[in-house]
Amino acid sequence: MMHTNSLYQEVILDHNRKPRNYGKLDHASHHATGHNPLCGDRLDITLQLEDDQINNIAFQGESCAICKASASMMTAAVKGKSRENAEILIHEFRELATGKLDTNQPHHLGRLTVFSGIRDLPTRVKCAILPWHTLHAALNSLDGASTEADDSAPPIPNHS
Amino acid sequence: MTPVNASLKSDVSSSPDWEKIRADFPILQLDIDGKPLVYLDNAASSQMPQQVIDRLVRYQTTQHANINRAVHYLSEVATLEYHNARCKLQQFINAREDREVIFTSGTTDSINLVMHGYGRKFIKAGDEIILTTLEHHSNIVPWQMLANEKGVTIRVVPINDKGEVEIDEYEKLFNERTKFVGLIHVSNALGTINPIKGMIDFAHRHGVPVLIDGAQAAPHITIDVQALDCDFYVFSAHKLCGPTGVGILYGKAALLEAMQPFKGGGDMITSVTFEKTIYNTIPHKFEAGTPPIAAAIGFGAAVDYLTAIGIEHIAAYELGLLEYATACLNDIPGVRIIGTAAEKTAVISFAIDGIHPHDIGTILNQDGIAVRTGHHCAQPVMQRFNVPATSRASFAFYNKKTEVDALVAGIKTVQKIFL
Repeated sequence: MMHTNSLYQEVILDHNRKPRNYGKLDHASHHATGHNPLCGDRLDITLQLEDDQINNIAFQGESCAICKASASMMTAAVKGKSRENAEILIHEFRELATGKLDTNQPHHLGRLTVFSGIRDLPTRVKCAILPWHTLHAALNSLDGASTEADDSAPPIPNHS
Repeated sequence: MTPVNASLKSDVSSSPDWEKIRADFPILQLDIDGKPLVYLDNAASSQMPQQVIDRLVRYQTTQHANINRAVHYLSEVATLEYHNARCKLQQFINAREDREVIFTSGTTDSINLVMHGYGRKFIKAGDEIILTTLEHHSNIVPWQMLANEKGVTIRVVPINDKGEVEIDEYEKLFNERTKFVGLIHVSNALGTINPIKGMIDFAHRHGVPVLIDGAQAAPHITIDVQALDCDFYVFSAHKLCGPTGVGILYGKAALLEAMQPFKGGGDMITSVTFEKTIYNTIPHKFEAGTPPIAAAIGFGAAVDYLTAIGIEHIAAYELGLLEYATACLNDIPGVRIIGTAAEKTAVISFAIDGIHPHDIGTILNQDGIAVRTGHHCAQPVMQRFNVPATSRASFAFYNKKTEVDALVAGIKTVQKIFL
């Protein structure tokens, strides 16, 4: 079992305290709402896509620190990037969170590897991934994202 | 039969030796990442004492066969032990007859059985069902399924800011269309103990049957279904130190006999031809297929164990833990207890300012502390208190005050990390 302190690192705590790109864009070309029904997390992502480039992006919602920090760092990472490069990041982040990414091989995640510890907390993987699902849904103009339909993440144990 | 005893037999004149009782639970000796386990998620599922584990082992090693079928030795023993388990449950809730106790797969299954067996037969379009805001999803969703199928209306009793059902509002909901009441005995999310006796009596004055969801009550409160006069009472074994996969539906015999079967199959029939099937008598009519025999026998051993300690002793001890924990948590700035009913079991739902319950749960886990975080399958309760989720510490008789202290220290660690 991992030491949880290594997950709640200063960079994550900082993004939780002062989330970047927090809010809602008035003239968004794409948007999606992500929902994790098991924990009640909700996330709205709005973005402006022009010539297949993300010119601006914002998120807001009700979520835990892991989800909020993940969303904050994600928006900072994809702003200014092409749709294609954003999709690469989405793919790599999912692989990272589920423990499938070999971080010794070249990747594009940079400081986002701070979330690598989440793979040892199966119940929290979905918290970290939700913003990325939602971004994927927004880019593809899907109506909404839900971590429930995701086969790549382990299931969250549900208790009564 | 080898009797199953708790470490100290019930004795009204003296309090049980709680340290000795705690030692009955091997899992409580676990270390989690080098820290002793502090298990405070008993409302989700309780732990199993060695006596019940031993009973399961004895059944599997010396008594197992299918029941109600063959004439060989093992089948007769298993049939008898399964029947004995039913009788233990009958005594545990003081049912009039053993045939009023149906083994199901658990509380949810029991409620679904009543929805299909009673609801689909007797509740019609235009009728109304009363539920409370405190209900667990398992006592909401089956009735919604019925409502959608039949055109039935669900009326919901509100709760006050302490998490108590508003009795005046409950009584106002009754009218000539009211045909059923589903009522949680103890709230899993808040610990509120509902005044069900008066609520049952009121419903009966209107000729309306009442189902009590006792999943959270049976481990902590002496249940007497005859004194309560409830029509149905349901709970699961795994919240009473028993195995998962089994629970009971208690129903008044006349109601159970009038109901239609829920599941069809073996054991629930008297005779089958392709033209016509004659259903078996209760309880068998509702126990299609091979039941969870081992789990039911373990369930019987679990109620023996609890009875030997004495539910009254358990309730008194847990109340002490609740009062201590409530005082300790109220002393921590930034911590807010949600659910402050006058009558509560040892369940504390709480919020910490600015910190999401899932972060709280993850960091407490680092100290070996197991609490539940989330909506507790009671989203209407969360909505009522305007929170997406809470953290919940729920205590059992094997918990101790030093574990409350560990929780308090853990909460302070959480606050230190975030503030």
